[in-house]
Amino acid sequence: MAGIVILGAGECGVRAAFTLRELGYTRPVTLIDAEPALPYERPPLSKNLACEAREIRHADAYLSAEIELRQGTQVTCIDLGGKTLRLVDGGVIDFDQLLVATGARPRLFPGMENCATLRTDRDARRILSRFTPGARVGIIGGGFIGLELAATARRAGAEVTVVEAAPRILGRGVPPQIAALVQARHTDEGVKILTDTGVVRADETTIALADGTELGFDIVVAGVGAVPNVELAQEAGLTCDNGIAVDAAFRTSDPAVFAAGDCCSFEWRGNRVRLESWKAAQDQGSHAAAAMLGSGEVFSKVPWFWSDQFDMTLQVAGLFDLAGAMHTRDTGDDTCIVFQCDPAGAISAAAGIGPGNAAAREIKILEKLIERQTQADPSILADPSVNLKRLLKA
Amino acid sequence: MTNWIDACSSDDIDAEDVIRFDHGGRTFAIYRNDANAYFCTDGLCTHEDVHLADGLVVENTIECPKHASIFDFTTGEVETPPACENLHTYPTVVRDGRVMVQI
Repeated sequence: MAGIVILGAGECGVRAAFTLRELGYTRPVTLIDAEPALPYERPPLSKNLACEAREIRHADAYLSAEIELRQGTQVTCIDLGGKTLRLVDGGVIDFDQLLVATGARPRLFPGMENCATLRTDRDARRILSRFTPGARVGIIGGGFIGLELAATARRAGAEVTVVEAAPRILGRGVPPQIAALVQARHTDEGVKILTDTGVVRADETTIALADGTELGFDIVVAGVGAVPNVELAQEAGLTCDNGIAVDAAFRTSDPAVFAAGDCCSFEWRGNRVRLESWKAAQDQGSHAAAAMLGSGEVFSKVPWFWSDQFDMTLQVAGLFDLAGAMHTRDTGDDTCIVFQCDPAGAISAAAGIGPGNAAAREIKILEKLIERQTQADPSILADPSVNLKRLLKA
Repeated sequence: MTNWIDACSSDDIDAEDVIRFDHGGRTFAIYRNDANAYFCTDGLCTHEDVHLADGLVVENTIECPKHASIFDFTTGEVETPPACENLHTYPTVVRDGRVMVQI
């Protein structure tokens, strides 16, 4: 048996498993899934009331690729010396190489342990069933998950309040100009957004604010970030640094073990970063699979995120330095594109928002320019009469 | 039963670009590559119902604007997931400056 074992069957683990087969790996591939359901896509969970979890791959795809999917399997220990995983039921799984793709879980601050959080399809069913006309929904955190849930709840007719501790929403990675458009849209739709508002305590139905006010709700959901699932790796002795620390090919401190996706931190353009991103999880899973088979290629994919709220889509490519200068490409209509160049003059990050996919094509082009670290004069990029695609050909 | 449908003028599509074409209650995407050859596929991504015509054409590929699936529009094949199913393609010719699609 042995072969390659992948611990975690989210986007990263599933992509890695199929990539191994696409690259011609013929030895056993075992994909260990802690959840009972067939691996599914998480992004729709916060965006639609319908809560239809789409399978990443159909069941027969695992069979025909000869990927052994072990659903509902809980691992208690990684034994690096013995190259085995120990299971909660006492079983063991041997590996020649291991990919840790254990993802992340919702963060909760002390005093808010009983708030609902969203990660799994079960979480989504529990939360979305409460989004009914007139229901009072309290959301802690004005990030992607909180705002997507706010939009979903509002469209269901709920009365929605978002509480954000920072001076503005989307403060982690979205330029302020774009965040302001998002906030204005939520306000127009009737979502109440309280910024600069600290939470001292919260439970299923109450949010207690720092100023002493207590707000009552029918449901309270916390979306205040995620923590990487590093415990198994840490206990095994793998080096961790805001995630399982890996090199540019997703190798951990043990030569037989790789890590990728939300659980890892990696070198990207001189900084150690950890991403919580659907696309990055896929890209990294694919890259790690190739690295496990001996590819020495350095990971160069640009971080890319998206969010759907009401009829708007927001996309971000690259990582913004939010303290740095921003430039706006005046697209005129109801779209807005903001970008940034690094000190060397290369395009380093771009964000766009608009109805549906109106801003998507330009963001895709900018993403490719960011990947190539194309040098460009910001005033040229800002000029809407400049065809960005020509820059790709240059 | 398939018919040749007059979809658009060959000038309606820029080189290395795509337009949406709706016909008979269905939606299609018509592409022109940088060698000025024309192709037609189903208009919606096989991953989610998103119009591919809002996506980006690079050489002979279309990247979905929503979740970045990439297809070879000359064959319909998935090059990059999340899409798992290929796009259906339709024979396409240019006659007298008109793009004709066999649907």
